Amino acid sequence: MNRLPAVALLAVVAAVPWLAPNDYVLHVAIMMLIWAFAYTSWSLMGRFFLVSLGHGGFMGIGAYGTVMLWNHFGVSPWLGVPLSLVLAAFFALAIGIPCFRFRITGHYFALVTLAFAEIVRLVIVALRDHTGGSLGVTPKSALVDGASFSLTALQFADKTVWFYVALAVWLGGLAIWRAFDRSMLRYALEAAGQDEDAAAAIGVDVTRSKLTVTLISAVATAFAGALYAQYQLYINPETVSGIAISLQMVFAVIAGGMFSQLGPTVGAVVTLLLSESLRIFVGHDVHGLDGTIYGLLLVLFIIFMPDGILGKLHALAKRWSGGVGPATAGSRRAVAGPGRAAADEAGPSPP
Amino acid sequence: MAIFDVFLLEAVLNGLLFGGVLALLALGLNLIFGVIDVVWICYAELVMIGMYTVYYAHVVFGLPLLLAFALAIPFVALCGVLLHWLVIRPILGSEPINQLLVTGGVLIFLQAFATLLFGIDFRNLGVSLPSLALGDIYLPWSRILAAATALGAMLGVWAFLRFTFLGTAIRAISQDRGVMPLLGADPSRIYLLTSAIGGGLAGLGACLLVLQYDVHPAIGLSFGPITFMICVMGGLGNLLGGFVAAFIFAQFVSLGGYFFHIEWGYVMAFVFFVAMMFLRPQGLFARRS
Repeated sequence: MNRLPAVALLAVVAAVPWLAPNDYVLHVAIMMLIWAFAYTSWSLMGRFFLVSLGHGGFMGIGAYGTVMLWNHFGVSPWLGVPLSLVLAAFFALAIGIPCFRFRITGHYFALVTLAFAEIVRLVIVALRDHTGGSLGVTPKSALVDGASFSLTALQFADKTVWFYVALAVWLGGLAIWRAFDRSMLRYALEAAGQDEDAAAAIGVDVTRSKLTVTLISAVATAFAGALYAQYQLYINPETVSGIAISLQMVFAVIAGGMFSQLGPTVGAVVTLLLSESLRIFVGHDVHGLDGTIYGLLLVLFIIFMPDGILGKLHALAKRWSGGVGPATAGSRRAVAGPGRAAADEAGPSPP
Repeated sequence: MAIFDVFLLEAVLNGLLFGGVLALLALGLNLIFGVIDVVWICYAELVMIGMYTVYYAHVVFGLPLLLAFALAIPFVALCGVLLHWLVIRPILGSEPINQLLVTGGVLIFLQAFATLLFGIDFRNLGVSLPSLALGDIYLPWSRILAAATALGAMLGVWAFLRFTFLGTAIRAISQDRGVMPLLGADPSRIYLLTSAIGGGLAGLGACLLVLQYDVHPAIGLSFGPITFMICVMGGLGNLLGGFVAAFIFAQFVSLGGYFFHIEWGYVMAFVFFVAMMFLRPQGLFARRS
């Protein structure tokens, strides 16, 4: 296994704070890492056809949990973040246990989790006296008297610090993916994703496997939310919770490629480059342009390139090198690809 | 105490009227799911298109309101056909969840495109109908008309499905997608027809809602999620179940708004939905298999 490209890539990424000409570029890089981590977390489930539209909710819990504990009770994020993650884990179990027990899958699972994302968003808005409602909220600043950082409040004025924090978290996300990839859990979930009955028949504990991956994915997403809140120092319900964020995750992941380790990261880089260049070249005044393009691209990706950018590149590389290209981590079975078991069961598809 | 009860009664009645419109939207979504096996996540965005159509036809181009309605319904029906033809048809054979996600893309697109075209302003039709006074209870005529029209339309759809040849074909294909083509029915035509009816019902819903609410690009989010919840709770594809669930949800929203705040009404409705999914995952009225 050739590690050289990976090490070189990591070295380049780690050098970004020195290469970046200004704070804006560094800011975009940090956002890319944070979102790449969030998207990677979503894909831990998504790649096994556990399509959740509720991750906007988990992200909201992570972000708002941390900030509310700090603002109202003075609880340091060192404690507040773990508490928020516990809360997210609780909700992941509360949704997951009944869903997987009663075998709520596919459309139904997507819609139940969608309801959850909306519940979180609406609760944040409805508790406007405490959360600031739709106007959003700012964590109380601990940087008084010109201090440049506060370790207890996890607030740093220097973006370089945040860059390395985000980099470490993102690498952690990739490590989780890798650990997953090499575990038996992955094979259990791949089997369950194709045929639950058959998987159960050969001794896979389907409910338990799904629950494990949901728990890890939800907690990681909540952590991304907490990180986002601590870095941005401003959150509002629309930017960290609700259907919009859930769909944003789906879009980026499908664009990048759901079945490769770096697919969600590519999705984050591509979507942020797109929205930032639109902002620079078109300006702030044109509302809705980025969404128009995202929506259109999402539709086109699902129809024409369901494996995403990275999946397509892998396929092309494989074709050029005569079938011995780099192996994609994860399932080769495209979401929209031909030859799926479910279609065969559903009878002849219409012309 | 007597006043309290009157307001409560008013909230219940308003909930009933709101339920009528929700039932209409749920019927359209359910019909599409039952026949094509696809959930249009962007269904409420079609309603938004219809509301803008009525607004532009009536306020900007000065057409009479009824003519604006008559334009909006076929226009949204056409949007439904285009949605099916351009977006759903190419991926009918792929993983079912893709069809849900692709309409999610359409949702993002329509919402953002509407923002691009119309801006984020709230637009009001400027038509206000009086209220019906029943003793101390005031019910807006716009809501009464909406609920009555929705009921009428639902009866019409029911009669169409029950008594016409095409309606029978639609019901047959929703029961067995595999056998119907063997019997000579062309599913692609039936799918287009169903998409047109589903779109048309969204257009009709838009006409009824535009009398009560201001139009803005994110209006779909006010009706969309609750419509899916209704359909799922009634049992996706189960038209009668969706009808009953619509009234239950409408009461949650109306009474939640009466006792607390409108958002809490929605929160309770969604929590109720999640709880019901665990008690009866096949929907309210499904026969236990």
